[in-house]
Amino acid sequence: MIRLSPRQNVSPNHLLLVPVLSVLLSICLGGMIFAALGYNALEALYQFFVAPLLRPDQIGNLFVKACPLIIIGTGLVFCYRANIWNIGAEGQLIFGALGAGWIALYLPESWHFMMLPLMILGGMIGGALLAAVPAFLKTRFQTNEILVSLMLTYVAGLVIDWLVRGPWRDPLSFGFPLTPYYPDAALIGKLSLPVIGKLGQLHWGILIAVGISALGWFILSLTLAGFRVRVSGDAPRAARFAGFSPTIVTFSVLLVSGALAGLAGMVEVSANIGQLQPHISFGYGFTAIIVAFLARLNPAAVILAALIVALSELGGDSAQIAMGIPKVVTGVFKGILLFMLLAGETITRYELSLDMRMISRKMSKGDADV
Amino acid sequence: MSPHREIPLLSGRRISKRFGTFTANDDINFDIHEGEIHALLGENGAGKSTFVKLVYGLLSPDNGQFLWHGTPVDISSPQAARDMGIGMVFQHFSLFDVLSVAENIQLALPAGLSLREVKERVITVSAEYGMTLSPDARVGDLSVGEQQRVEILRCLLQDPSLLILDEPTSVLTPQEAEQLFAVLRRLRDDGCAILFISHKLDEIKALTSKATILRSGKKVVTCDSASTSAKELAELMVGAALDNSMRTPPVSHSEADSLFCLDQVSRPAATPFATGLKDISLSVTHGEILGIAGIAGNGQTELMEVLSGEAIGDAIVGNVMLDGVSITELGPDMRRQKGMRCVPEERNGHGAIVNMSLSENALLTASHESDNVSASGLVSWAKCRALSRKIVGSYDVRTPHQDPVAGSLSGGNLQKFLIGREMMSRPRLLIVAQPTWGVDIGAAQAIRAAMRHLLEDGAAIIIISQDLEELLVMSHRICVLNQGQLSDPLPTRDVTAESIGLMMGGMANAVVERAV
Repeated sequence: MIRLSPRQNVSPNHLLLVPVLSVLLSICLGGMIFAALGYNALEALYQFFVAPLLRPDQIGNLFVKACPLIIIGTGLVFCYRANIWNIGAEGQLIFGALGAGWIALYLPESWHFMMLPLMILGGMIGGALLAAVPAFLKTRFQTNEILVSLMLTYVAGLVIDWLVRGPWRDPLSFGFPLTPYYPDAALIGKLSLPVIGKLGQLHWGILIAVGISALGWFILSLTLAGFRVRVSGDAPRAARFAGFSPTIVTFSVLLVSGALAGLAGMVEVSANIGQLQPHISFGYGFTAIIVAFLARLNPAAVILAALIVALSELGGDSAQIAMGIPKVVTGVFKGILLFMLLAGETITRYELSLDMRMISRKMSKGDADV
Repeated sequence: MSPHREIPLLSGRRISKRFGTFTANDDINFDIHEGEIHALLGENGAGKSTFVKLVYGLLSPDNGQFLWHGTPVDISSPQAARDMGIGMVFQHFSLFDVLSVAENIQLALPAGLSLREVKERVITVSAEYGMTLSPDARVGDLSVGEQQRVEILRCLLQDPSLLILDEPTSVLTPQEAEQLFAVLRRLRDDGCAILFISHKLDEIKALTSKATILRSGKKVVTCDSASTSAKELAELMVGAALDNSMRTPPVSHSEADSLFCLDQVSRPAATPFATGLKDISLSVTHGEILGIAGIAGNGQTELMEVLSGEAIGDAIVGNVMLDGVSITELGPDMRRQKGMRCVPEERNGHGAIVNMSLSENALLTASHESDNVSASGLVSWAKCRALSRKIVGSYDVRTPHQDPVAGSLSGGNLQKFLIGREMMSRPRLLIVAQPTWGVDIGAAQAIRAAMRHLLEDGAAIIIISQDLEELLVMSHRICVLNQGQLSDPLPTRDVTAESIGLMMGGMANAVVERAV
């Protein structure tokens, strides 16, 4: 058997060196794959890692891509730290967009000065409502939150489809499944940075995202609520011994992550799309799962992890556009990159050993341990 | 007897085994001869189990060599050990409850034997050794003592020349243990060597001819167990002269007002493996220690959860009262605010969070104190670190560095930390399971002294333990938990180890009658 045992001392050098090695290794492997398929490996790697970072507006777009991943990823960190497996952030994102969209489309004009705060609230409530379902079913009937939250994602997809084709469809959309454009008050503007000015599509939603990541770190490490979440996930029996209610923890982390996914949905639509349509997310709710783990379930590291994942997505796009590399190939390379980073992280923390004795024992286990 | 008496059946030469930085076995030399019952004696954590796991091939030594009939051998797996003729009966059985005795045994034997043949052999061999066992009985219906016989029989059918028993009597009543000894003596007379692990001195005196004593992973001595007195053996085992006069002084406060009581509390078994509690009543008064004895698995865990408040929300009948007020519905944190503190038996993942630092573990049961957590819910980690340093200092917890994770402490040191964490708040009621489990004798005495010190302020203590000697020394009154039922308490001065043993076996009435 291969055995992982925690390392006694993790040297800080390793912590820096291993991610670099991971990236180098995936570059070598990816380069070989590109070359084997007949592409110019160097150019492909250039398109992946350098091209998306050349122009200031591209850097802005990188942050645009990372923005929903940061918001959702922070919420998921809370769930996963508590050992609650919310896989349905994608659906919660959609419900958040619906909650915010309902306000954007139907808020009377005299209330428009309150538009964005109300939309933020509506988005968070929408996402939290959908996440409350697995929370309730888990605490009341011990259902599996993985299944419930995942299934609800498909429900949410059908609900938005019905709304934009039915009750909320713009009568002037020539039959396309689209709602009317949001009023100006419901849009999130582009961010104008001092000195540099505007950076591509960068909008001030990124400030919300960074703020949420920081707030998430603060709550998890410095408050009693965060401590309860961590203990509940790490040692549920110790949490019960301390008197931390598992019901309250389950509800809070699911509602928080649902609300944040909903907020990401609100920001995504208000900043980038401006109206509701059947598809409003590029799978951000699922990609954020990878982000949360890449960040080693640390809310502060979510920003960096989201940027890495966003770069791999944009790099894939640019390689497809510039060189005609098929999407599946860029997907494979993206997978290699993330795998290497996670594997590198694992071997930094854990020692890998091949235990021959355990193998031989497993083999004779048939009659050894009956 | 064997003609090769001078060549040991099995020898260990300079055997060492380390786990990380912890040395479980250190340079142990050991001989066992045919037809010899050899005791391996030591406190919890002395390295006994590690040593027999090495002999049985479950672990391999880091250093040293085993000799079998004088020839060097490498015991690489339990299969190899069995092929050599070594059999082992574990403390925890590995039997299938739903299968019959014969079916369970057939599974362990080389393939090819029909069930009918197995049944015949079960009948002949069990008759030969005076173990009554029906081959068709379902294992789940058997008593613990009978299940142990199935395990032993399973070893015997493979004709072992060395049989290892890991604390075989820990699950048996004294009467069942006597029956086991008869079987072992007959095996010995047939030339089988028996390695017998125990820390019960009377058994060792009664059964064995040689005793090897381990302390902190090192061999102290191999002695003739018949000619060494129990007191000498105990001193060799703990490494210090025993002071039996250390009984807790009698209750100084008025006995009339009870501080804490359970009034006819019942709790159904939550799972098929749990024990339900039936009609449990108990009460402790200021300045008193109540001991609850009993063999593990008789409802200790379930009772502890009722006492600590972890079981709220479960179907509990009856009342838990503190100061005459019902606290049945209060959770652990609310009970803590009322001055109640608990130390559960399981340290890892229950009393302590293994992956978290000591300061975080200090906060675990101190989060209601405004010192550590502000009204707005902010944790002051500086205060928590100070609290954990205070515990570490006051209870002599040895830590590898400042504020390490709890899992890096040895069992005994973590136990000291957990006991210290709860005692530090000077509780009015302390409920503690196995208070000195795994700690060395000096620390055990310090913990006992600190508990007695609590009594002087009028606190009450409930100790749930399997360690009879400790209960006899510490408690004012003792009761026994057996199959989820609690016996009436007896004053400790009227109790002997023998009468407690009878009560553990469910014969409480006999004892009460004798006492009256």
